Amino acid sequence: MVEYRWPDEKRIIGRRIDRLDGPVKVTGAAEYTFDVRRPGMLYGAVLRCPHAHARITRLDLEPARKAPGVKAVRAVHQEGDEIQWALDEVVFLAAETEEAARDAVAAIGVEYEVLAHFVEAEAKDRAPEAKPGEETTEGDPEAGFARAAKRTKGYYGLPTIAHQCLEAHGNVCEWDGDRLTTWSSTQAVSALPGQLAEALEVPASDIRTICQYIGGGFGSKFSPDRWGVEAARLAKDAGRPVKLMLERDAELTVAGDRPSAYAEVEVGVAEDGAVTAWRSSSWGSGGLSGSGSPPIPYVFQFPNRHHAHTSVPTHVAGARAWRAPNHPQACFITMSALDDAAAALGMDPLDFFDKNLEHTGRLEAIYREELRIGAERMGWRERWHPRGEGGQGPVRRGLGLSLHTWGGRGHRSSCELKVHPDGGVEAKLGSQDLGTGTRTVIAIVLAETFGLGVGDVTVRIGDSAYPPSGPSGGSTTVGGVSASTRRAAQDALAELLGKVAPHLEADPSELEAVDGTIRVAADPSRSLPWKEATAKLGVSPITVTGQNPGPGELNDSGVGGIQMAEVSVDAETGIVRLDRMVAVQDCGLVMDLETAESQVHGGMIMGISYALYEEKVMDPVTGRLLNTDFESYKIAGYGDVGQLEVHMMTGEGHDERGPIGLGEPPVISPGAAISNAVANALGVRVPYLPITPRRVLDALEDATTGVTVIGLEGGAP
Amino acid sequence: MKAFEYASPTSLREAVELLAEAPERTELLAGGTDLLALMKDGVRAPDRVVSVKAVPELQGIEYGAEDGLRVGGAVTLTDFAGHPEVRERYPAAAWAAAHAAGPQIRNLGTVGGNLAQRPRCWYFRLGYGLLPRRNGESMVRAGDNRYHAILGNDGDALFVTPSTVVPILIALGGRATLAGPGGEREVALADFYRIPEAEGEREHDLGPGEIVTGLRLPPPSEGLRTASYEVRPGKSLDWSLATAAVALRMEGDTVSEATVVLGQVAPKPWRAEAAEGALAGERFTGETAGKAAEAAVEGAEPLSMNRYKVQLARVAVRRALERAAGEEG
Repeated sequence: MVEYRWPDEKRIIGRRIDRLDGPVKVTGAAEYTFDVRRPGMLYGAVLRCPHAHARITRLDLEPARKAPGVKAVRAVHQEGDEIQWALDEVVFLAAETEEAARDAVAAIGVEYEVLAHFVEAEAKDRAPEAKPGEETTEGDPEAGFARAAKRTKGYYGLPTIAHQCLEAHGNVCEWDGDRLTTWSSTQAVSALPGQLAEALEVPASDIRTICQYIGGGFGSKFSPDRWGVEAARLAKDAGRPVKLMLERDAELTVAGDRPSAYAEVEVGVAEDGAVTAWRSSSWGSGGLSGSGSPPIPYVFQFPNRHHAHTSVPTHVAGARAWRAPNHPQACFITMSALDDAAAALGMDPLDFFDKNLEHTGRLEAIYREELRIGAERMGWRERWHPRGEGGQGPVRRGLGLSLHTWGGRGHRSSCELKVHPDGGVEAKLGSQDLGTGTRTVIAIVLAETFGLGVGDVTVRIGDSAYPPSGPSGGSTTVGGVSASTRRAAQDALAELLGKVAPHLEADPSELEAVDGTIRVAADPSRSLPWKEATAKLGVSPITVTGQNPGPGELNDSGVGGIQMAEVSVDAETGIVRLDRMVAVQDCGLVMDLETAESQVHGGMIMGISYALYEEKVMDPVTGRLLNTDFESYKIAGYGDVGQLEVHMMTGEGHDERGPIGLGEPPVISPGAAISNAVANALGVRVPYLPITPRRVLDALEDATTGVTVIGLEGGAP
Repeated sequence: MKAFEYASPTSLREAVELLAEAPERTELLAGGTDLLALMKDGVRAPDRVVSVKAVPELQGIEYGAEDGLRVGGAVTLTDFAGHPEVRERYPAAAWAAAHAAGPQIRNLGTVGGNLAQRPRCWYFRLGYGLLPRRNGESMVRAGDNRYHAILGNDGDALFVTPSTVVPILIALGGRATLAGPGGEREVALADFYRIPEAEGEREHDLGPGEIVTGLRLPPPSEGLRTASYEVRPGKSLDWSLATAAVALRMEGDTVSEATVVLGQVAPKPWRAEAAEGALAGERFTGETAGKAAEAAVEGAEPLSMNRYKVQLARVAVRRALERAAGEEG
């Protein structure tokens, strides 16, 4: 009976292994959905409504049908239909060239009756509809505030942002009779056929989805979306393959949306920094669907607290899961409010947060250690100064920190594994590599188990023809595929050792797979090279399937993580420069130190981007998104990210937990850590993200913006 | 994109003729870094596109002690910024050109295109026009105007000038050379830009069928100190929120004459005459620079969301002055 577990001594797991798909990506050899070009392929284009709220009063498709090169036209809205957000799809069509398709869209006769719209979620009092949501009360907040030595009150807000995938959403769809193949830019290779089958009313078994490489998803690519379904229908109607990728303005406007969040927060603190009470109300919107409820207060479950959230529907396309849904919002609001409370006490936030760690539950010890390591790496004690004492010149320096958490248990996964008589090791999983290193991690598990190198094994993923794995969301992929692959590999190895044992005149239990050999553990001179060992299989490969969940404790859930930021703020221009950022992150057993650090780097960069630059600018006049390209939808560039340092927690207390996903945790804290650093530098809370010159100068000019302290002599901190 | 006729003339005369036949339905193509995007987005839909890349009269950079610098309109920003005479004699102009947009844009974008480039106003880019109005009011005033004008904004034109190079060229006394159906002429860059009062009017002085053939800069005079300062939040590709260019003629530590020009604050490059007055005849000190900076934003009328730009313009002027004063020679 095989005991499923991670080895005590690891040869490859946890080392720095270059990602396997690096070379094909940097040479351009990797084929993304955008690169797929099928014989006879047509190009799709979409007529979109330019109004945020309107009724279609006339729709004439004839000019498009008659336009040169057009092979299929499908309206998804009809005359009389109400459109609820700008750039919603009205008509899909396919033509011989992209240009012909766009010209045909322009030829469509369409008229609208424009209706009243609402797109400014912050102004919830003007919203036509607001949906009060969850309300949580624990303990006795009033009694807690009565006990407080000081009470701070602050306002914090962050706007809707876009996922802004470099590869826009889209698909190439091709029918062979009644069977459909889609090349899709997706985070859910195994789940796409089922979703498409339901919409297209064909058996899921007749649909195959392929995605070898994806240019970003971040939570926005779990569904085929209407444009995927319609691309398949156009291809069916035209009898030819159809490629339909979103234009950049549509990608930004309708395919990427992290809900906004605004909050009023009151915090009561004792002189020693202990939080005695918390009260907050938040609201926000991701569009017509409103918004989820950010878990506020975040990380810290204070005994006396009250929180209420209101979801505000707007005339904007619906929200999509954005890395760690609801957490970056909750984190920014909570950690900013706590940092302001620490400043009101004149307390170093490092001590303040540490003081309150008892309210973080089972992660308390991990946070404490992470804060200690982070402070050391950052030189926090030497570099921190009380709020507002960041220098007298125009450029002020400041430090800030934040804590975060995420679950991340491994998703369902099946790994079909073959060990061929010629020594080949081949794993098939209907999983996908979002650029995070999934392929590499699977290879590491195989190589570790079989005593081979990562280059000696073959990993096949990105195809729904392979056994299913879950969508890559919620930091569940590495936990899932590592566990299914490990179980399959241990089963296959047991079978192989059984075949080889007689040849080494040993019992299978005495054998091990190490350094490209199968050998007797107690007497390494009795060994067979890997290929000679597998040759004993004769003509039939070993074929096994490993599952997750399954026997043995191979993964876990629940991580902490802390980040510290150092910034320089030009108080005259309001420009914030990120000088340095330190992340200390746990994720159970680190599979590949290099790709793990890379994930944290990516999270920090994306976080710096939303902290300083990103915002979907919604126009109150037209209800449209105004910044619809990379020029005006700003993101951090190379020069803007500063020096990034990552410390991964490893060893006892982490390794034995097994791998836990890492996609979400590192992107949660940057907004809060940077905002706190800016407050430390300037002496004033800039209450909004992104922290642009406009927000900084407005905050400096209007000192009443932000935080008020009650019960403190001398006014605002 | 609407189908169009493409012409690639090989002489200036031919280019002018091709342009003059139907100027309102014709666009000039030089680097194409902006025009092609405007055409793909349907903001411009010309019947004819006239490329000037093969027009020899629009090429070349020459310097003469008498006439100063002459730059062909189709010279790229990269070639302009890297030219030895430009770097030596007009360092602030070389700096501004070397920092415009990003390397890809500078490698294709031209000096003529930079002088005549269209505003980045998002309402304009979305096809609502340069002076967009809806329900009897300005869309910019009622909408999101965080990047719009704080000066020269009493009419309907509320966009800002995009170029970060033009302000220093104006401060250096630059002139645009133009050619059109009526022949060739020259105009001071300071007079080349105008604020349109009605939709359809252009934001500069180009007549129907006229082409920017080049740029001229007078020889730098003795004791001239120049600098530009840009408030650019992103270190990678990002637009300046406010640019100030200054040229100071110094006699010892006294300013005998000053030119101060702002970009991205008004619908045309903004000559800050009050700031110039505050400097002329004064000894250059931090205090004078501060007074000039204050004077530069006198009369600024911020819109609902761009109060911060008044401060940015002020800081840009002061820092440009400090940079110029710190410059040797």
